Amino acid sequence: MKKSNAKAWLYLLPAIIFLGIFMVYPLVDVVVYSLEEGYNFASQTYDGVGIYNFRYVLRDPYFIQALKNTFILVIITVPLSTGFALLISLALSSIRKLRELYQTVFFLPYVTNTLAVGLVFMILFDKTEYTDGLVNTFIRIFGGSSVDFIDGPYWAKMLVLCLYTIWIVLPFKILILTSALASVKQDYYNAAKVDGTPRLRVFTRITLPMISPMIFYLVITGFIGAFKAYSDAVALFGVDLNAQGMNTIVGYVYDMLYGNSGGYPSFASAAALILFAIVLSITCINLMVSRKIAL
Amino acid sequence: MNVVLKNLTKIFPGRNRGDREVIAVKDFDLEIPDGKLVALLGPSGCGKSTILNLICGLETPSKGQIFFGERDITNVPPEQRGVGMVFQNYALYPHMTVRQNILFPLQNFKGRNRLPKEEMEKRALEAARLVKLDNLMSRKPGQMSGGQQQRAAIARALVKLPDLLLLDEPLSNLDARLRLETREEIRRIQKETNITTVFVTHDQEEALSISDMIVVMKAGVLMQLGKPQDVYDDPVNLFVAEFLGTPAINVFAGEVRDGKIMVGDDVIGDAPGIPSQPVDVGIRPEGFIPGGSSMHMRFKALEVMGRDMSIVSESGFSKAPTVRAIVSSSADAAPRDGVITFDIKPEKLYIFGKETGERIYTGRAARQASAVTDKLADSDGLAVPDDLAAPDGIAASADSADKVGGGAGEGGAQ
Repeated sequence: MKKSNAKAWLYLLPAIIFLGIFMVYPLVDVVVYSLEEGYNFASQTYDGVGIYNFRYVLRDPYFIQALKNTFILVIITVPLSTGFALLISLALSSIRKLRELYQTVFFLPYVTNTLAVGLVFMILFDKTEYTDGLVNTFIRIFGGSSVDFIDGPYWAKMLVLCLYTIWIVLPFKILILTSALASVKQDYYNAAKVDGTPRLRVFTRITLPMISPMIFYLVITGFIGAFKAYSDAVALFGVDLNAQGMNTIVGYVYDMLYGNSGGYPSFASAAALILFAIVLSITCINLMVSRKIAL
Repeated sequence: MNVVLKNLTKIFPGRNRGDREVIAVKDFDLEIPDGKLVALLGPSGCGKSTILNLICGLETPSKGQIFFGERDITNVPPEQRGVGMVFQNYALYPHMTVRQNILFPLQNFKGRNRLPKEEMEKRALEAARLVKLDNLMSRKPGQMSGGQQQRAAIARALVKLPDLLLLDEPLSNLDARLRLETREEIRRIQKETNITTVFVTHDQEEALSISDMIVVMKAGVLMQLGKPQDVYDDPVNLFVAEFLGTPAINVFAGEVRDGKIMVGDDVIGDAPGIPSQPVDVGIRPEGFIPGGSSMHMRFKALEVMGRDMSIVSESGFSKAPTVRAIVSSSADAAPRDGVITFDIKPEKLYIFGKETGERIYTGRAARQASAVTDKLADSDGLAVPDDLAAPDGIAASADSADKVGGGAGEGGAQ
């Protein structure tokens, strides 16, 4: 018994070492950094220990803006992308002809580089002094006045960011939901058919509960992913997100470390821990809700 | 309500381009009498489940018609047929309790047909009581045994008070002991509700034990139908004879010579009026009388099973590697010099055409198969009317198989 335990630990050792160095140690360090007040990066010294860093971050208007942006992004994109993915998967699983083709088409954005998609979005929504992008051209055709989606009003920029995020996360969700739908046995539908169940009721009482574990999985990972959004905003608006007013929490952390105003690992750590707390509590709520519904 | 299938044909297109189409059911004629328990019996892939799906409307026939009573329901969608169906794997909704599962069909009713809530609950409870699940109403399918799930599925099928209950392989997912119990349950429930019931099975023992009538199928074609005992005693061809009975019938390559049935040099019975020809000889395991002298075989083993014993022997003419004889354990089964001899009970002896597989003759004073068919619709008891017995001439039996199929169709039209 003892011997086999030792063996087990031996096998686990490489993983433990790597996780310890690259996961556990940095995690602990983040907490340490966040509590060191007045930390100086160059001299590696600090004035004292306390929660000043958190206070600073929570009062920083840039952080408040990033927090607001992130929350809007999460609240809009997670339900919308999951809903769209569900609709598209339902459509995909109800057609027979060319299903594979459509599945491939819907999956393409997943294998496309984020920055490339960002570039396409920029061109689509662009407006310069000389030309209008495709979207603005359409707006003009229908009698509206063109809007600068990339460098213009806040709502326009947020709209593009949300659309972009939904577009990026959609393929994966479609992939998961199509396979979830395919795993519901035909017998259940046959049984429902013999009993004369209306289609909507089949969907709400049979399909939805059967695939609900997958939907919860997508919602939870979707929340986490959206809270961690950063590269999407960079792809659309460039690296100076604070100036654009489009920063996210992760973007704020990055800026505090390496940005033009950077060099403040303590503030970055504090912001990262705040993000961690938010994600943790949201995930807990998600799990509690899903358990309640599942039971 | 009786159910009539007329010329029913179902052709599935090939799955890929270039694949041949599959004829699952071919020109199927059958009348299922009201209030009876009928088994569709056949090997896997013989189209029996397809017939069930055609009856409940999950598949539409390529040709032919289906009648419920007087009503032609061939093109009626499944929900308007008023059929209760139990699927092979029960298809109970796993996220709902037994109560919710049983209520589900009732909640689908709309408009005038919709019952008040208390009435629904009452009906659900009645259905659960019928299958003895009323104390497990709040369980989910995953928390019940296979047999309980099966009964829940039956309750769900019965709760809308259907005119017809269809069961697809109802016992195949149960272990041996539950199978025995559950088949008794199905029989009891069918008797209590008196609902016309059709069940599909590939297990002949299941079919023989509980049904009023069995329908033997092969490759989408009806082979024979009748009361279980009649079909067992009077198989119209080698397929039916081999399919029914455990242990299976023993088949030998033999011949008819001068009105005698020969296996090798042994004369094992008489076949008066049958022209000399090579034939397949079938002998039921219970048809051997040990200590006789007409048939010689090499003795291999003796398997004692308590009441009976099984004598395993070998014959160069047997189609199977071994020949199995079931005899009473008190019988004298001592081999002499490794050879055991039997007499053959004439009523357990059949001869089949070498090419066609059709039965040519049985020592049993046999009735014609079509007579059996006609008797079915109106006779209730299981007593076999022996007065109908007539020697089975070659001409009469050659078309008897056709008559079975055609006879059912005519019966349906009346």
